[in-house]
Amino acid sequence: MKRKTSRKIKGIGASGGIAIGPIYLAGREEFSVFKRRLSQEEIPHEILRFEEALISTRKSLVSLQEEVSKKLSYEHARIFDAHLLVLEDRALIEDVITKIKKEKVNAEYAFSEVIKKYAAALASLRDDYLKERAIDINDVAKRVLSRLVGKEEEQPLLSLKEKAIIVAHDLSPADTAVLPKQNVLGFVTDIGGRTSHTAIIASSLGIPAVVGLRNITEIIDEEDILIIDGSEGTVIVNPSPRVIEEYKLKRTQQARLKKIFSLLRREPAKTLDDKRVTIAANVEFPEEIPLVSEWGCEGIGLYRTEYMFLGRKDFPQEEEQFQAYFDVAREVKPDTVIIRTLDIGGDKFLSQPDMPKEIHPFLGWRAIRFCLARPDIFKTQLRAILRASVLKNVKIMFPMISGVEELKQAKAMLEETKSELRKKKIGFDENIQVGAMIEVPSAALTSDFLAREADFFSIGTNDLIQYSLAVDRSNEKVAYLYEPGHPAVISLIKSVIDSGHRHGIKVGMCGEMASEPLYAFILLGLELDEFSIPPAWAPKLKRLIRAVKFSDAITLAEKIMRVSTAKEVEKLTRNFLKEILGNKYKSYLSE
Amino acid sequence: MMSRIEKKITISANESLHARPASLFVQKAVKYNSSIWIKKGKEVVNGKSIIELLSLGIEKGTEITLIAEGDDAEEALQELEELLMFYEKKN
Repeated sequence: MKRKTSRKIKGIGASGGIAIGPIYLAGREEFSVFKRRLSQEEIPHEILRFEEALISTRKSLVSLQEEVSKKLSYEHARIFDAHLLVLEDRALIEDVITKIKKEKVNAEYAFSEVIKKYAAALASLRDDYLKERAIDINDVAKRVLSRLVGKEEEQPLLSLKEKAIIVAHDLSPADTAVLPKQNVLGFVTDIGGRTSHTAIIASSLGIPAVVGLRNITEIIDEEDILIIDGSEGTVIVNPSPRVIEEYKLKRTQQARLKKIFSLLRREPAKTLDDKRVTIAANVEFPEEIPLVSEWGCEGIGLYRTEYMFLGRKDFPQEEEQFQAYFDVAREVKPDTVIIRTLDIGGDKFLSQPDMPKEIHPFLGWRAIRFCLARPDIFKTQLRAILRASVLKNVKIMFPMISGVEELKQAKAMLEETKSELRKKKIGFDENIQVGAMIEVPSAALTSDFLAREADFFSIGTNDLIQYSLAVDRSNEKVAYLYEPGHPAVISLIKSVIDSGHRHGIKVGMCGEMASEPLYAFILLGLELDEFSIPPAWAPKLKRLIRAVKFSDAITLAEKIMRVSTAKEVEKLTRNFLKEILGNKYKSYLSE
Repeated sequence: MMSRIEKKITISANESLHARPASLFVQKAVKYNSSIWIKKGKEVVNGKSIIELLSLGIEKGTEITLIAEGDDAEEALQELEELLMFYEKKN
């Protein structure tokens, strides 16, 4: 038999993991609803038929709700509350009855037309969550229609007897709730997004899912084999044996890592002698937000806002920004998110026409300097951040602060914005914390003054290193001079942390240095409070922190203050770790 | 006594009126004799209809007006407002 052609399709990864297996096509057929003209005498009977369909659908939904409540949870069963209300909805019922009477059409047709109207209204809303309620309504509609056309209400998924990947146009909450889960390898759907019920249920069950594949149900056949990669958001139809082997290996590796990491996920980042630090996430794009908790980070230590500003000719409006900040704050709650105000210039340029070209962009009109000169743009962003702060878990951070004056100016503009909001009676967090990013040597050297003006510090090492060592890391001729362990860098970091602590504020770090275990150990010894790193690095860092003693880290930190080169700092640290962790110390480092 | 009361509420920078609070709202609204209306901009919908309420798309930051008309208008409005405020605080 000729092997079928293989193809890869990209969708939206709704729940991580890899599944390989045969498919189960669910509920592909749609109801065909025919329009039939009624005679005047038929109308009362038609209305009665409609009402009976509502009543019997209601009965079956109530028993389904009870079943789900028993099998899954009360919370899952609440999904059906909205369904039941739709069945009792006076506006809807009256609309249908009026249509039957006035247009003299059959109940199926009248009902499906009215449903279409409401579903379209919902689908046109901006809010994703509300948008997806159109799915609930269609689900109820299907149930009622199947009663009307005299079919037994279908529960296709209940008949899933063998392990398979479920492929459907869409899965309603009701479908997913009654699934025989032991037989479900994964979910694949034509429509849906990250907040769809399929996504929510799949991730709560830990089953991989890829959604939003448009027409997967039309592309594939019953006999096809699928690979789905929920982390990548891809589906491979009829993979070659070689690709299957590849993914099997990947699956085993993922499973092993997942096991180690899942053990760590909920564990605190605490040393053997009970020193607690925070491991937070750096986030650049909204798509990364789910990773924050997935990798066990405690909130977001650096939320970059540039993505909204880059690659466009205009500036994002307050509403668009607010939406983004609000969503991220809601997502990480009860943990906090530190939103960094616009940090453009340097290596990131706006496409807006009035941005001048510069000879030394890293020393030029960038970040807070740009923002202070453009209050229109800056205050729009501040308003959006402040409004999102009603959730009480938002902090603001100003980038590229070079001295006290600049921080004061930025804070003054924030105060102005606050009082404007107060006047308009728009809510925000009155106690919102304001931090300074320490990434310019002058800020590090005056951190003692800055600490009186700031609620927290966050050290940005990438810039701090390049500014203090005068090294452009992207220039390969001098890149070797970029040394995070350079005594100058270490001593700047130490003085920033010490100044912060003298004034009772927390000091974090959001540069790459914090994610490298070797330096992280040094930073622990320098008493850094928060390590903000790319989320996927969190388990590794946590594993190290949980394997060492704070007192040892302090001993090491004291020792390295006495050596004169980066090489010595690194060697000393490596040997020290080898001593306390034994021969397996390498597995704790990045190598 | 028949009366008609109106009250402006801003679903301030919080959660949209999602399925769950919307369901609760309707469940409470239908208990009253009064007619309940919700106005957003120029649109007015029946507060006892989940489907109309959801389609109105009450997103965060929207200002809405609650209107109750009937013999128990006052109690109705008070309870419904409390419900909305409860969800405001909770989020």
